[in-house]
Amino acid sequence: MDLLSPIKDHHSERRIFIARVILTSVVGILLLGLVIARLVQLQVFDYEHFAERSLGNRVRIEAVPPIRGLVFDRQGRVLAENLPAYQLELIPEQVPDIDTTLQRLARLELIDASDIPRLRELSASGPRFKPVALNPRLDDEQIARFAIQRPRFPGVDFRPRLVRHYPNGEYIAHAVGYVAALSTADLERLDPSRYAGTTQTGKTGIENSYESRLHGDSGFRHIVTNARGRRVPAESRDLQETLPGDEHPTPGYNLFLSIDLDLQALATEKLAGRRGAVVAMDPWSGEVLALVSAPSFDPNLFAVGMSQSQFSALQQDMDRPLFNRAVRGTYPPGSTIKPMLALAALETGATDLERRTVCYGFFILPNTTHRYRDWKPEGHGEVDIHEAIAQSCDVYFYEISNDIGIDRMHDYLTRFGLGNQTGVDVAGERPGLVPSTEWKRNAFRNPSDQRWFLGETVIASIGQGFMLATPLQLATATAALATRGVRYEPRLVAAWEDPLSGERTLASPVRLDDVELDDDTNWDAVIGAMNSVMQGPRGTARAVGSGAPYRVAGKSGTAQVFSVAQDEEYDEEEIEDRLKDHALFIAFAPVENPQIAVAVIVENGSSGSGVAAPIAKALIDKYLGYDDAAD
Amino acid sequence: MRLTETQRLVTGKAAPLGDFTRLLRRLHIDGPLLGGLLLICAFGLVVLYSAVGEDMRLWVNQVVRLSVALVAMLVAAQFSPDFLRRWTPWAYLGGLVLLALVLVTGEVGQGARRWLDLGIRFQPSEIMKLAVPMMAAWYLHDRHIPPRLGQIAIIALIIVAPTVLIARQPDLGTALLIAASGVIVIILAGLSIRLMLALALLSVPGAYALWNFMQDYQKQRVLTLLNPDSDPLGAGYNIIQSKIAIGSGGLFGKGWTNGSQAQLEFLPERDTDFIFAVMGEELGLLGVLTLLTLYMFVVARGLFIAIQAHSTYARLLAGSISLTFFVYVFVNTAMVTGLVPVVGIPLPLVSFGGTSMVTLMAGFGILMSIHSHRKLLPQ
Repeated sequence: MDLLSPIKDHHSERRIFIARVILTSVVGILLLGLVIARLVQLQVFDYEHFAERSLGNRVRIEAVPPIRGLVFDRQGRVLAENLPAYQLELIPEQVPDIDTTLQRLARLELIDASDIPRLRELSASGPRFKPVALNPRLDDEQIARFAIQRPRFPGVDFRPRLVRHYPNGEYIAHAVGYVAALSTADLERLDPSRYAGTTQTGKTGIENSYESRLHGDSGFRHIVTNARGRRVPAESRDLQETLPGDEHPTPGYNLFLSIDLDLQALATEKLAGRRGAVVAMDPWSGEVLALVSAPSFDPNLFAVGMSQSQFSALQQDMDRPLFNRAVRGTYPPGSTIKPMLALAALETGATDLERRTVCYGFFILPNTTHRYRDWKPEGHGEVDIHEAIAQSCDVYFYEISNDIGIDRMHDYLTRFGLGNQTGVDVAGERPGLVPSTEWKRNAFRNPSDQRWFLGETVIASIGQGFMLATPLQLATATAALATRGVRYEPRLVAAWEDPLSGERTLASPVRLDDVELDDDTNWDAVIGAMNSVMQGPRGTARAVGSGAPYRVAGKSGTAQVFSVAQDEEYDEEEIEDRLKDHALFIAFAPVENPQIAVAVIVENGSSGSGVAAPIAKALIDKYLGYDDAAD
Repeated sequence: MRLTETQRLVTGKAAPLGDFTRLLRRLHIDGPLLGGLLLICAFGLVVLYSAVGEDMRLWVNQVVRLSVALVAMLVAAQFSPDFLRRWTPWAYLGGLVLLALVLVTGEVGQGARRWLDLGIRFQPSEIMKLAVPMMAAWYLHDRHIPPRLGQIAIIALIIVAPTVLIARQPDLGTALLIAASGVIVIILAGLSIRLMLALALLSVPGAYALWNFMQDYQKQRVLTLLNPDSDPLGAGYNIIQSKIAIGSGGLFGKGWTNGSQAQLEFLPERDTDFIFAVMGEELGLLGVLTLLTLYMFVVARGLFIAIQAHSTYARLLAGSISLTFFVYVFVNTAMVTGLVPVVGIPLPLVSFGGTSMVTLMAGFGILMSIHSHRKLLPQ
């Protein structure tokens, strides 16, 4: 066929072809030069820019949460610690069928069936590789059950994490408080860099008020991640060599409380089944030895996380277990303020040690008809101030009440710390109320309500009416009586410790203004009378105090929850339990050298000396080391 | 006892150097070309091992494919250029029929209809990679060179028919490469420079027509090339990550298997279209220049074979195969470095994947055949 093409010239064809090969080669070399120039630009001139961007691509900074400080009681027993708990987790991208998996886990009772819709939504929303917490804390049996079934659950596993644990949660719930998951409000309040890796914060009690000391500081570490943001294990590659340095977290301080776990346990048990509060203090330092509010609850529920139904049950409980009665409950103090009013009366000359009154069981203000009744309908007979305190004669105090006057009552009670926050290191404290003419003028809008009536002074003299005090305030006032006027701010934290250096810092007691009297012998009179309350022949609490091997001073109180109409008989049987009087008792011991001051309130306990006094006595016995003898 | 060459071959006894050269000639193998190709493959396998995340199974898979491709090369080298020329029209027509069949019954993969299952699954477009330059060379082999305008129009038709069919699959990258291989034949045949410039001018409205013809994702790729940072997490992601990988490799690279961009999967398609970026990151500028040198050696050897060829058909075909190989290398490296839009073209002989490698090696087999069958051709 070639031979039949006369115009084909192989030599010229070859020449043309070679020329074209040269032409295309030149074009090719130019194009290749372009690529090489580009490579040089990227790899030589822009090298640093791209090297930095590649580092930024793979390195992520991850916060490392600090270990929260431990809390100990005065004897070094652990009140709050961090324990590993096993959390059941699911990684969505590794689970073939999330619905079926959740249902099978529920059948094994590893998760709550009612949680399934919530968990399904959680698994669908976040990043596919991020673990979803199914159950914050597996118990041993659940771990065993899951371990056997593990091969049937790809993508589900349990992982240890540190969880706040309160070994004696019920006893210390209101003193130590609890930690719980950070809320949006917490996140706005707290320093984001310190809390970068933290999931929980102190919500109440010491956990809340010492949050900044307990928490510590978050550290951070650089981790290598792949394009999907998943962490690449360090050992698998040596990509981490060039990483910048990490910063270790700083653990929180350990706290040593003045709280005594034994006293907490004793008070909690004595209040079992009741509503009330107990506060005990060392009068010479302000150290709080016991702070109990009943009923209590298990703070571990908050630390681990509880179901919605558990939380509503706690919140809607009629006995309000979450309410810290010791610092937030305000009660009419009743007759427990009589020792302080007696001092006011003696100091102001409203009465003297010689003055005697015959008590017929009631008192009528001049020119009126209203009968102010004594708690003892038949009356106490002839009493002086000593007997008026010992027997808690109301009529004696009714009679001198207007000689003292409401404003001087206010003055003296305020000196003992009533009506103001004590400054205790537990958040949420209420100030209570000590009325005065000035207070009433400001408190009411209607001019006729702003006037102070003499009758109001009469009932104020037995701690009724407007007057309100917290159990903690009564304890601090009792401590001031015990020390004859020396006052300290109440404190739960006695020392803290830097866990890294082991260095301990003692909290120095904060001394407040003394209660100063013109005549110091008045202390003897009042404290002697308080001693008679418990150990005198006719003291209201002699049944409780008479056998004690030490001298103890106390004062009972009974606070009306509602008022009884004139001439109406008071019948306990017919009154519903929650309308019964509150029972109060304050005490300190030993009288010569006071070491402990106690205030007890039992809501609807009816009788201060009968119900509250034994609890106070039990705490004192325990603290002074006489509890074994009593058994 | 002295063994004959055939006996040596059968018994597998190593022949001395002189015998080895003779053995290669007997097998129609071109030593320098084979050497260059094997070096590229070896280099590629080293890089691929890192790019597949040290997955031995995938790596062995690639070794098997390379072996199959080498066998294809060996087989192709045995057919004389004359034989190939005679069968060229049938290969071309058969390819066209299969392409049409793909559009009707083909299997869908990744949104495109490219595969055909006739006992074995394959892409008919692969046949066309060789059939189009063969057909163009066949048309010109007994005609006056340089071709006249009417003849060029016919060749254009030969090129456009399969190109359109492939572009509709859609597989724009392959379509462009096949068109290029045909156009190269015309250029090598002596298309007048003036005409080339005229066509270049015509390409402006042509580009506009092409733009309207393109799928949305293809338009997006072009737009992304112009400004990759406009869509850093979407269409621009590939180019940005690829540039970071290459740039951060610097002169000497981060070290084999130590490229953070590649190993931590920031770099997409790291074992296929973007394997050049893995090389740039881990072996640096020196590594990629080494590979480019090997490529250029292979292209140069191919062009040398073309110049030495004794017939128009062989000359044009050899030139087209060599230069198309260069176009592969250029388009892939230019794409990965962000010079041209992202078109799905693998780095020849290095990227993971089988079919195109077999076609490529068969092409080199044809080159070897052209060189080794020279003396048998009538002058």
